[in-house]
Amino acid sequence: MCQVDENYHDDLDPAEMLNVSKKCIKCKEASAAVVIRVGDTYCRGCFKEYFIHKFRAMLGKNRIIFPGEKVLLAVSGGPSSCSMLSQVQEGLSQTAHRKLRFLPGIVHIDEGGAVGHSMEERQKALAELQTVFKATGFPFYFVPLEKVLDLPSSVVATATAPSEHPASAYKSAVNDFIHIDSSSCSTPLDQEETSIPEVQESHTQFLQQLIVSVKTLTARQDLLNTLRQHLLVDTARTKGYSKLMLGDNCTRLAVKLLTSVSLGRGAQLAQDTGFSDSRYGDIISVRPMRDFSTKEIAYYNHIFSVPSVFIPGLDTKTTNKASIQHLTESFVTKLQTDFPSTVSTIYRTSEKLQTACRSSSTADCCDRCLLCMCSLDTAPENASAFQATLISEQLSQNTFLGASRSTKIIPRQNQDPLESEIAAPTGQCCSSGGEEGCGSAENYEVCYSSAHRPQTADVKSFLCYSCQLTIKDMSSLEHLPQYVLSEAWRRHSRSQMREEISEFLLDDGDEGD
Amino acid sequence: MPVLCSSCAEKRAVLKRPKTSHSLCKACFFWAFEEEVHQTILAAKLFKPGETVGIAASGGKDSTVLAHVMKLLNERYDYGLELMLLSVDEGITGYRDDSLETVKRNQQQYELPLKIVSYEELYGWTMDAIVKQVGLKNNCTFCGVFRRQALDRGAIMLKVDKICTGHNADDVAETVLMNILRGDIARLRRCTAISTASEGEGVVPRCKPLKYAYEKEIVLYAYFKKLDYFSTECIYSPNAYRGYARTFLKDLESIRPSVIMDIIHSGENLSVREGVKMPVQGTCSRCGYISSQALCKACVLLEGLNRGLPKLGIGKHHRLHDKILSQQPLTEKEEKKLKSVEF
Ligand SMILES: [Zn+2]
Ligand SMILES: [Zn+2]
Ligand SMILES: [Zn+2]
Ligand SMILES: [Zn+2]
Ligand SMILES: [Zn+2]
Repeated sequence: MCQVDENYHDDLDPAEMLNVSKKCIKCKEASAAVVIRVGDTYCRGCFKEYFIHKFRAMLGKNRIIFPGEKVLLAVSGGPSSCSMLSQVQEGLSQTAHRKLRFLPGIVHIDEGGAVGHSMEERQKALAELQTVFKATGFPFYFVPLEKVLDLPSSVVATATAPSEHPASAYKSAVNDFIHIDSSSCSTPLDQEETSIPEVQESHTQFLQQLIVSVKTLTARQDLLNTLRQHLLVDTARTKGYSKLMLGDNCTRLAVKLLTSVSLGRGAQLAQDTGFSDSRYGDIISVRPMRDFSTKEIAYYNHIFSVPSVFIPGLDTKTTNKASIQHLTESFVTKLQTDFPSTVSTIYRTSEKLQTACRSSSTADCCDRCLLCMCSLDTAPENASAFQATLISEQLSQNTFLGASRSTKIIPRQNQDPLESEIAAPTGQCCSSGGEEGCGSAENYEVCYSSAHRPQTADVKSFLCYSCQLTIKDMSSLEHLPQYVLSEAWRRHSRSQMREEISEFLLDDGDEGD
Repeated sequence: MPVLCSSCAEKRAVLKRPKTSHSLCKACFFWAFEEEVHQTILAAKLFKPGETVGIAASGGKDSTVLAHVMKLLNERYDYGLELMLLSVDEGITGYRDDSLETVKRNQQQYELPLKIVSYEELYGWTMDAIVKQVGLKNNCTFCGVFRRQALDRGAIMLKVDKICTGHNADDVAETVLMNILRGDIARLRRCTAISTASEGEGVVPRCKPLKYAYEKEIVLYAYFKKLDYFSTECIYSPNAYRGYARTFLKDLESIRPSVIMDIIHSGENLSVREGVKMPVQGTCSRCGYISSQALCKACVLLEGLNRGLPKLGIGKHHRLHDKILSQQPLTEKEEKKLKSVEF
């Protein structure tokens, strides 16, 4: 049917021919070197000034990074994050007009193991990055993605409530900083862990098993994003950083917003695309590049020789329809060439969103998704898409056959790693003493409290809507990293305990989580 | 080897549900489809017993299936609703003539009263006449705006309490995408609502009982029920961004079929920052219809048509509304700007 459409033709001006004027619009003297958008032509000097100002303004406006704070820059090697790195360098240099006043470090997650790169390829890319990072004088860390296999479950366990920093706190931090400024800030930063780490082959194999167990590229990319995020947060925590700086630019955020919507992450849009993301509590991510377009960054990097390193990812060399993320990217890119306002329009949408606070208590980790750490958006609500889907599934299958795919896990035993379906719910957690056994203190509580219960935990119930979709595309949950599985177990046994003692609890009894 | 129905496990499956990819027999599919609409109606409390409900009937597949299912559920579950068909005759030769014939047949098949309101009687203009003046490029503005009001006016004539429309899950998801693409935060927030409350005089509450039904399942339902519908899309093509959104959605769906519901879920869970300006809803000072401007879109469009200034309602010319209201003459420059329409 023909829909109610009011008119938006004003927004749809197709790309006009670039009318390059000879002179810079800023100083009106020097001849123009770049055309950012129609009519905005800058000379070299003014473009640099404009670029630097925009970066500072984004940080200044948001006042989230405190003077003297340790900030970890996540650098993938791509143009955007490398540009961010050069901006931080620029801002800390002695010649900077208004100096940045935080202590930067760099982290690079080496995803070669998930993408299937050889050890030589990985080493080569890292060596290139090493040169770039060394030149900054900042401490830097190379973290192979394989390290997710050793993460502590605290990564997904408790989210410390984000520290509220009122304006006054910022001011006093500035004052404190001014007092200690000269002494501590300018000390040469240590460069201990700058070497390229060794990766055990068995770890890479395990990682690849995990990747292979995810059947679609869409879910693979989504899971990879989550794991990368966990690693970044963990690195920040263990190295003593309190902020993470991400290189997402405006173009990428527009793609991300549309992707997130398509993946069912509507409730998390503000965190996924906003300036700051506080879902991990003590570690806050910020996106200072969010005002720059890919094009501006490319110009800047080109003119001022900012080095970047190309590292192929999961979706390099795939067809458009290989994944939702990839399709969305090519859709936005194509629309942007037809309608140059596309990206900025989508981007402006992201600025008008906020995080839905469905659950009031941020303290209770069980209200958060086990994987992406966002508030759960799966409350059984009447007349919702989530509910409607559940109804459809129920109505489409014989309930007596119970044919629904299991998303339950049992503790890892001596199972064949290739066995796809999760085994029967009778195993005894502590009996077999498998390599991932329950000897550690972390698992002890789990085993104890669930010893006489069926040994399954429904992972799905701890996930948000979108992460449930990702899990649905997995042939087996066995290959999920141990920290995720043990946290699932912990939550499972907690909820069982709560059930057992529920009649004795007054109020909600959420102590000690 | 024939596949058995995953629901009854007895009969042979004849289709794979696009929504869940279960294989079902005909009877189980019908049951599931109808039951889901019923659950939606219950969960969202769409109707109250004794209400008169107008089904917006275009003769297309959505509204034909809607009319069929509404009639069936009203009897099966004793909703106690008085149902009737409500049609708009835009005056599009060929398209509307044929589709109205379909609606008239539906009326007989479902034994439901039918009311047809025409653009000509409401506005004094048929769509064909409008197209002649404004050209093909801009006609859907008129088509959409006029139809929305036409339904309301028809509903009021018939003393209808509620209108239900055939919008399906694909339509809703597509609208979410489109509103993001054009940065329309106010519509983005509203577009996933299953029903609208009465927004004032001249506006009848609306709801979408098929909100969670996949377009493909609607076609399957109509096909296996052998329902009589008119399958040509409106010959006046939809707005540019909707076209992009539609293609994009179809591509997404081919990657992950649940994406339609996933996008609706996203839309339902969006949260808009406080302090973001939303247009204040008022009423049109000429016809009383709901409008964020002094004049509603339909009245502006009409004014433009009647004065031979078709661009008046197409661009953003809110500044001129006051002038029009007070019947002041436009300057030569203003006239010139509004007259030319590129094809
Ligand atoms: Zn200049
Ligand atoms: Zn999640
Ligand atoms: Zn059956
Ligand atoms: Zn139309
Ligand atoms: Zn009006």
